[in-house]
Amino acid sequence: MSRKPFEQIVAAHGPTVLRVCRALLGPTEAEDAWSETFLAALAAYPRLRPNSNIEAWLVTIAHRKAVDHLRAASRRPIPTDPLPQLAYRDRGLTGWETGLWPALKALPARQRQAIAYHHLAGLSYREVARIVGGTEAGARRAAADGIATLRKTFLEGVPR
Amino acid sequence: MTNLFDALPTLDAEANRRLHQSLTDAAYAAGLLDVAYRTLDTPVGTLLLAATPKGLLRVAYASEGHDKVLETLAREVSPRLLLAPGRLDGAAREIEEYFAKRRSAFEVPLDLRLAHGFRRTVLLHLPEIGYGETASYAAVARASGNAKAVRAVGSACATNPLPVVVPCHRVVRSDGSIGEYVGGVEAKRALLALEAAA
Repeated sequence: MSRKPFEQIVAAHGPTVLRVCRALLGPTEAEDAWSETFLAALAAYPRLRPNSNIEAWLVTIAHRKAVDHLRAASRRPIPTDPLPQLAYRDRGLTGWETGLWPALKALPARQRQAIAYHHLAGLSYREVARIVGGTEAGARRAAADGIATLRKTFLEGVPR
Repeated sequence: MTNLFDALPTLDAEANRRLHQSLTDAAYAAGLLDVAYRTLDTPVGTLLLAATPKGLLRVAYASEGHDKVLETLAREVSPRLLLAPGRLDGAAREIEEYFAKRRSAFEVPLDLRLAHGFRRTVLLHLPEIGYGETASYAAVARASGNAKAVRAVGSACATNPLPVVVPCHRVVRSDGSIGEYVGGVEAKRALLALEAAA
């Protein structure tokens, strides 16, 4: 069974996988996870079943790599920001590193994963559930809860 | 939902370029870069160069369709194929020197796995035709050990996976006419003129 040159896979999916890694891990570790994902994908590529959903396959690998990073990070003490009274945007923090990432980081990992895989990678909740475990409804709820929190913390602020 | 994630760039060209570079480096180090490729602008058009760790595997004219050639390499050699210009620096330098008339023979290692049987034998004999010289299909057939295989020499040249570097352009018809060429007769004429003017 013939497969496309791997270069085409990187070109077509590299940017999306980078967005996913950034949403999962933040600016610093995202690039390491991206590199680990594509190197692992390259190694496994000749054995990939024909007609596989390439994006779902890559996101599955990225998920495992990100979980490894999060596990390593959980062994390090992390200062947790208290939920801001003012949304990041209202404090002028509209950028990725200064606003959106701290807001994403404050979410439970499962919500962040559901958001990244559904809203950024465009996977169905069925596929999201297959990757993160649990049910399709659970994945949908995790994403919705996460988005609701992000609206408050990033866009609107928490009512006092 | 879009406005919520606007802060996260959809396409970060700089980061993707950097990551692509580190991927090709890591892939090479891990022995996973089965085929590296790049393109090179030359007087006979943009050439595609592809190499395995063993050596230069393929040189392709634009007229062959570079995307089609890459898909064939993915199928016949390995789908672990990446744009990795650095892995082809040596081959690219030699080809540039050739077109600048500073090189009359290639030294870059070759991977002839795309040529089989008698065709491969023919390719191995082609470098015996010196720079600036030509030989007839019949003469190459004799040199390759089968004087009757004149047509087979023609098809070996027509399917040469390494044109320019393996000099099938130096094979012409016995009556002195130029004959056919994988990169088109114009390219063949240009290469022979380049070598004659040296």
